[in-house]
Amino acid sequence: MESGSDKGTGGSSAMDDYETLISTTDADLLKRSWRNEKASPEILQFESSLVQRSREQIQLMEETVEEFMNNGEDPLTVSLYQMDIDRTMFLLRSYLRIRLQKIEKFMFHIQKTAELWTRLSRQEQKFAKRSIEDTKQHLDESVLSKLPDRYKSHLKQSVISEEDDMVMEPKLDAFVICRSRKFLGGLPVDDRKSARHVRGGYLCTSLQVDKTTS
Amino acid sequence: MSGQSDPRGSTFSAAELEFLAEDETIEIVPNLRMERLSLICGDFGPFRPQIATQVPIWLAVALKKRGKCTIRPPDWMSVEKLTQVLEAERDSASSFEALPFHYVEISRLLFDDARDDIPDVYMVRSLIEDIKDVRFHKIGTGLEKLSSRTYAMKLNLSAMEVNVIRPFVTGGLETFYKLGNPDLIQESSDRPEHRRPQPADRGPRRELRR
Repeated sequence: MESGSDKGTGGSSAMDDYETLISTTDADLLKRSWRNEKASPEILQFESSLVQRSREQIQLMEETVEEFMNNGEDPLTVSLYQMDIDRTMFLLRSYLRIRLQKIEKFMFHIQKTAELWTRLSRQEQKFAKRSIEDTKQHLDESVLSKLPDRYKSHLKQSVISEEDDMVMEPKLDAFVICRSRKFLGGLPVDDRKSARHVRGGYLCTSLQVDKTTS
Repeated sequence: MSGQSDPRGSTFSAAELEFLAEDETIEIVPNLRMERLSLICGDFGPFRPQIATQVPIWLAVALKKRGKCTIRPPDWMSVEKLTQVLEAERDSASSFEALPFHYVEISRLLFDDARDDIPDVYMVRSLIEDIKDVRFHKIGTGLEKLSSRTYAMKLNLSAMEVNVIRPFVTGGLETFYKLGNPDLIQESSDRPEHRRPQPADRGPRRELRR
């Protein structure tokens, strides 16, 4: 671990999708989406078809398990199937929860950025709209309505602010640790600007966990 | 859900890393007859007594807990291999030996539930503990080299080790970056009307530093 001796840049979220090459099943894809969503600061595109497929699979499996129980199948087999369902359910739930947490945190930012808004599923948009309304109402009733006129906005500090400076935004320009899929030679990182601004602003390498492919 | 990590803390919790590690495959020798399992995460089996087969660790542990199989520990979990790794780790102050990405979690899972399947389990266990200690010590001393001029560093760490140092390293680099870049501090912490006096302030401060 020598600082500065070996430098490298990696692709966005390289740490998370190192299994892409071998992942073919929906279980793997779901795991990958979960990991990506967890590691990225902003909300990513909702994986609607993957979520749909996973839900159907879980449902199908639950029916199978029920059938097994009715047919007096070996309890061990039943419990193994049940464990598999539980694992998939955990991933799916956790995936949806992380997204809701992000929406709650950045709702005003997501609302005013069209690109982010379209990444939400229909249900998530509904959720976002309602929490925006509620939060706004809460802020108005508890504090903002009692302030002088120029400080009444929930988006701006005061009327003279040019930007919406009270809106929390995800930090897209951060240092990350990533894992490379294959051995990367010495990739030069010449100055900090370029190191921090490759690939769409977020997830650029500043620190690299290098790993040769197994 | 109970297992989900705190969104403000480290990216993954230890339990979540263990969850991921449980998907790694391992070889088992079943002692029962069971048909092929078509699970969401893949098809495994059929299981025949004394015929070795590959399954994910969670499945292996579930069978093991019910006494339905023996687990064959992975190659790297032998006294011989681990002794080599430990020696190499001790010899080099900066490089890290190649171990499976999830070695901490996998060894832990097997020590918890499959002790009797690991030859020389006490020896193996203490070797892994030693390796872990040596590596964490190296990480600790390595992090002392972190400075404002660190743009990238190369490591060869496992999932658990990376997870432990991630918040500190990214946070530390971020702070160095901020401190090395006065504009950024101004922008993020000062309101527009306060911006003007700032440059005048910075002059004398800089002289003090010299």
